[in-house]
Amino acid sequence: MTPLLNTSSLPFCKGCGHDLIAKNVAKVIDYLKINVFDTIAVTDIGCHGIIDKALNCHTVHGLHGRSTALAAGIRFGVLSPEKKIIVFVGDGGATIGLQHIMEAARLNLNLTVLVHNNFLYGMTGGQSSGLTPTGFATTTSTDGNPFTGYDLCAMSFAAGASYVARIVGIGDISKTIEKAITTNGFSLVEIMEICPSYGIKLNPKRKFTEIVEASGKPIGEWERNRAPFDFPKWKKTANLFDKLPKAETLKSTKLETPVSIVLSGSAGEGVQLAAGILTKAAMTEGLEITQKGSYPVTVGVGFSTAEINLSPSEIHFHGIDIPDYAVITSTDGLAHSRKRIEGMKSGVLFIDKSLPVPTTGAKIEQLDFRSIGARDSSLFAAFVFAKKTGIVSVDSILNVIINDGKADKLPLEKIKEALATV
Amino acid sequence: MNKPDTSKRQIVDGSRIMIEALARAGADAFIGYPITPANLLYSYSAQRIPIMLPAPDEITTLQWMSGLALAGHFPVTATSFPGFALMIESINMAYMMELPMVIILVQRLGPATGTATCGAQGDLLLLKGMMSGGHPTPVLCTSSFEDIWTLSAKAVEVAVKLRTPVILLTSKEEVMTQKSFDLSTLPEIKPVERKFYSSEEPYKPYKPVNYVPEFLSVEQNKHQVRITASTHNQAGILMNTDEEALANTRRLEEKVRHFLPEYTIFEHYQNQGASNLIVAFGVTAGAAKDAVTQLNKAGVPTDLLIPKTMIPTPEGYLSIMGQYEKVVIAEENMNNQFGELIFGLKKAPNQRFVGGLGKMITPQQIIKEVQS
Ligand SMILES: Cc1ncc(C[n+]2csc(CCOP(=O)(O)OP(=O)(O)O)c2C)c(N)n1
Ligand code: SF4
Repeated sequence: MTPLLNTSSLPFCKGCGHDLIAKNVAKVIDYLKINVFDTIAVTDIGCHGIIDKALNCHTVHGLHGRSTALAAGIRFGVLSPEKKIIVFVGDGGATIGLQHIMEAARLNLNLTVLVHNNFLYGMTGGQSSGLTPTGFATTTSTDGNPFTGYDLCAMSFAAGASYVARIVGIGDISKTIEKAITTNGFSLVEIMEICPSYGIKLNPKRKFTEIVEASGKPIGEWERNRAPFDFPKWKKTANLFDKLPKAETLKSTKLETPVSIVLSGSAGEGVQLAAGILTKAAMTEGLEITQKGSYPVTVGVGFSTAEINLSPSEIHFHGIDIPDYAVITSTDGLAHSRKRIEGMKSGVLFIDKSLPVPTTGAKIEQLDFRSIGARDSSLFAAFVFAKKTGIVSVDSILNVIINDGKADKLPLEKIKEALATV
Repeated sequence: MNKPDTSKRQIVDGSRIMIEALARAGADAFIGYPITPANLLYSYSAQRIPIMLPAPDEITTLQWMSGLALAGHFPVTATSFPGFALMIESINMAYMMELPMVIILVQRLGPATGTATCGAQGDLLLLKGMMSGGHPTPVLCTSSFEDIWTLSAKAVEVAVKLRTPVILLTSKEEVMTQKSFDLSTLPEIKPVERKFYSSEEPYKPYKPVNYVPEFLSVEQNKHQVRITASTHNQAGILMNTDEEALANTRRLEEKVRHFLPEYTIFEHYQNQGASNLIVAFGVTAGAAKDAVTQLNKAGVPTDLLIPKTMIPTPEGYLSIMGQYEKVVIAEENMNNQFGELIFGLKKAPNQRFVGGLGKMITPQQIIKEVQS
């Protein structure tokens, strides 16, 4: 019995290498006089993981392979280095949870990961893991493992760990464990050990030291001076609503029933911006709005479509199947909205005059949207829509642009001139 | 709810409202992994939530959240089906460990990667069955900006009170569409108060006090804390199938059901003499509201039920639905998941279904079914 262990007979098979690791951890905690309640043991699923009932410290027992990630989460919440977080994981857990170990090493989280490498999955019956050495017999490779094992130490160190060691689980291993536990950063110790129940049984003629040597994985320690993880100095807002612009109602609308509009053009031609200005202008006239954009996942090419609803009353359903108005400024936009245009039985289609007009029941207005330049064609189209329909006034759009400080970034004079000819 | 004031309206999306509500209710950590249509929730969290960390995958996401929860924080994440699928084993873990957290599930069109940019309502039965053993995890579903605000805060409250993960169910259109909205109408959200075990007696992490064990962080050093996802006794020790351990597992389900009346949330709009009922949740509730208005205007008295507490499913829904000659359930999937949740395979004689795949259900579709 030690401050850490509540029993000297640990729950493993006779001769199991896991026993030595637990006892050496206990020795280190005792030697360093670490309060057991300042110690958090995070154990994986596997034979090694059943140790937690023998421990007097905080114990957290989660899922197979996820112990390092769970410990990482605890560390994010408990940054003080006085608190020791120790992960007990097998070679199986290290295989399935490899990503978690790499991530903790990359961030150099102040944790100690003890890899109980008995070259196989003990709890499930001695199958090969990603750390099984070539030639080592397991229940799933009785003629010897045909594959090579990961060099977990080299990988963890390359990922950024402060301290990494590979040792043989014989005798007193407390010095290495002490070094790991006192490292302020990510530390990993791979302890090569043996599972008598499967490892010895399946490799009866081999000596443990020879198996270690034949694994080709060097015994040794690797360290670097690197600051442990700390949170960056974040800039946070105290309220996500603070910066949202208001759109005060300045005049009242003449619109009596809801209308739906589809504005379709090309990426980079200001479709979403124009839609945003149009909806905001509508709000200054007291209308309720909804707006959503759709574009391909590669946002910089292809179509860009904005779906807009304007209504004098609250909008519950904002989907637009067939719109009341379609405003089409480019070939991409036409291709994307063609089906909808063809489905229109009434309403108005405003379409750039360079484009072929689809068969539609909508009234057709062909206009020269692109004469203003492709980049501003959508905004110009929004102005034209306003002038032609009167649903939103041209002045309201102009006011939004001016009030939002966008007047000098947009070619308003040119737009006004072109609008006069429409 | 205050009266809307048109001079105070802003253009806002549901993601912004959701993260602000969660932050005000006390969520202090967000772990993110990008996925459409949950990306706005992620980026707003980066601006607003005190601890925000980018995880390398969604299994890690849930593990980091669980670790933060063990340290006394309140973590949140947001994902869509592909990410959610990776989280399920870890959500089981958090449920078993009894860790408070909120997982936002923004539904999109599946199966698999499906269409990332298209909404859907196809994950309800997945949520119903995601816990091994079929134990219910509270699922609250939003159907308006007001819901997004109040249910987000409610999710934090339920998660803390019951010591459990809570799923906040929503869908693409609800969190990505911009709308004019008067934010000053939203009621105040007070931070959810957290109580920690304070007795001098040794702490038993799974000893229930009115169904729910008291919480203690692994950060303190006064008492030992034992937490495990394996079947365990009240001391938190792995116990296979001994009576005390099984009683503990039973309690996990019982606590979620016992407190259901405290988080049973729905709207039932009633009109004089209606013999039709439309049932819709989430994004389809908007279309249903319009359908009900139009039907009543046209002299077809129709009521509306918007369930918001989805799981455990309050039995009250069944009795409400039993009162009508015709019940039209509208949901954006092709297999009437809510209908199955309520009636099982034996369809109720009054049950009708309006489904949808890859398209929002329109008010007209619902009206047509009511009138058929
Ligand atoms: C996701 C998942 N897959 C598989 C298992 C089954 N399983 C339990 S323990 C274990 C292997 C344990 O081997 P190892 O990590 O090497 O530890 P040991 O038993 O040798 O100590 C496996 C695969 C599981 N619990 N969870
Ligand atoms: S089966 Fe092997 S690994 Fe498991 S306790 Fe026994 S000896 Fe140890």
